[in-house]
Amino acid sequence: MNGNGEQKSLVERLQFIDRRIIFLFIAVAVVLPLLFGATLKEETTPIVQELFDFIEHLPPDSRVLLSFDYGPTTAPEIQPMADAIVRHCAERDTRLYMMAIWATGHNLTGSTIEETLKPEFPGYVYGEDYINLGYKAGNQGLIRLLFDDFKRMYSTDANGTAIDEFPMMQQIKNLKNFDLIVSFGGGFPGIKEWVLYAGDPGNIPVGGGCTAVSAPLLYPYYPNQLVGILGGAKGAAEYENALITKYPAYGKKWMGGMSLMMSQAVSHVVIMLFILFGNALYFILRAQRKLETGGGE
Amino acid sequence: MKRTVPLLITFIVGAVLILAEFVPHEPFGNFGEDFSLYFDIIAVFAFLLGGGNLIRVHVTKVQRKKKDWPFSIVTLVGFLGMLAAGLLKIGNPDGIQGDVAKLGSLFNDLYMFIFTPLQASMFALLAFFVGSASYRAFRAKNLDATILLVAAFVILLGRTPFGLWLTSGLEGSLSFLQIPNLANWIMGVPNLAGQRAIMIGIALGVISMSLRLILGVERTYLGQDNE
Repeated sequence: MNGNGEQKSLVERLQFIDRRIIFLFIAVAVVLPLLFGATLKEETTPIVQELFDFIEHLPPDSRVLLSFDYGPTTAPEIQPMADAIVRHCAERDTRLYMMAIWATGHNLTGSTIEETLKPEFPGYVYGEDYINLGYKAGNQGLIRLLFDDFKRMYSTDANGTAIDEFPMMQQIKNLKNFDLIVSFGGGFPGIKEWVLYAGDPGNIPVGGGCTAVSAPLLYPYYPNQLVGILGGAKGAAEYENALITKYPAYGKKWMGGMSLMMSQAVSHVVIMLFILFGNALYFILRAQRKLETGGGE
Repeated sequence: MKRTVPLLITFIVGAVLILAEFVPHEPFGNFGEDFSLYFDIIAVFAFLLGGGNLIRVHVTKVQRKKKDWPFSIVTLVGFLGMLAAGLLKIGNPDGIQGDVAKLGSLFNDLYMFIFTPLQASMFALLAFFVGSASYRAFRAKNLDATILLVAAFVILLGRTPFGLWLTSGLEGSLSFLQIPNLANWIMGVPNLAGQRAIMIGIALGVISMSLRLILGVERTYLGQDNE
């Protein structure tokens, strides 16, 4: 019934369809491709390819700082990026310095080390090739301090071992000693703060991986202040595609970003169909009202 | 006095930090680094303050049996349980000196098997609400709404391989009309211009607000009960 006590037409009822029906469609669109393990290959766009190429051209033993600035909320999107970049850096024999400026990022650093780096690169030695520095509070203030004096804030690694005991830390004085900084996470503090407090003042190359919703906010920094940006699951899938193209052995491996792309693609199509359907109903209803009122609005 | 001292501190700290940015010589050169360190120390205390406040608020809620008080018990148990697991390094293979997030520790298990799925589920709900809201609100009611709708369609399709499949026939001089290329153009030109305008506006706003704070024109941060 409408406001005048008249029976609602089918079109009117469809306009206010029970939201649970929409939820059901979205759930099916997301879950089914995941259940069947459907994957989609993504063509790598220039904004992703440039970060890939930068890492690809790093000489062995280059120092790459990876900052895990995200939490479980965004991990499904960002963790595949972290895994792909760690794989790539390890393929290039770079030294990996892992840290977090988000408290929730520290455990995810551990996941990357335990589930990707250690099993796939058993030759990587802790303290010589990679190190987990852990989380430190202070947000952008921490980056500001690391820029001048790295060991003033990181006097130990995540296990509490004195930092100078590790061979790979002996040459590190400040952030300018790194060849590349990659921040994962588009929130605050994150990629933007790494650009403002480290990349720009020190002329240090910075790259980033963030959620799809954060990516548009970072475009103003590309390409002058950011080497490249990986935006959302698509960004991760694009990086994985570049990795597979260069290192075909990864083609046989399960890739987190690509495995999400079919779900994302189908759910986007479902949302678009709902938008089209909603608009069709809107125009039908508008035409009906015009007819009822004799052509006037 | 209650008003003058904070105003004076704000003025001195603000002025000194501005000087430190432009004068690299002693004693100003190290001020930026020193003040960042003070900020870090204060940030650590803020954690204690935050934790203490969380306990106070929820204990009061439970004691007075306020609305939804059982959820406060869940909050307190979760907070204190996680705190104990982290501080005491319960189950940590490397003992009390090991990394708090060490694989096998109770803290890491709580994080990985409770905190992570709960937070990821909350964020995942967004997809359902986006779907429902798009259906109800995304209408081509006027020119502005239609432009927004078309842009959204291009971006949505451009973020999936379907966009390329649909328009892969457009080659050569028409390749710019391929949906992924259009999506990249929207992100790289109109979006970029808009974002830059917003960023410049925010930066100007921050500068003006900072000056107001340093010069004592803006005093709302002092509260209302001062003098």
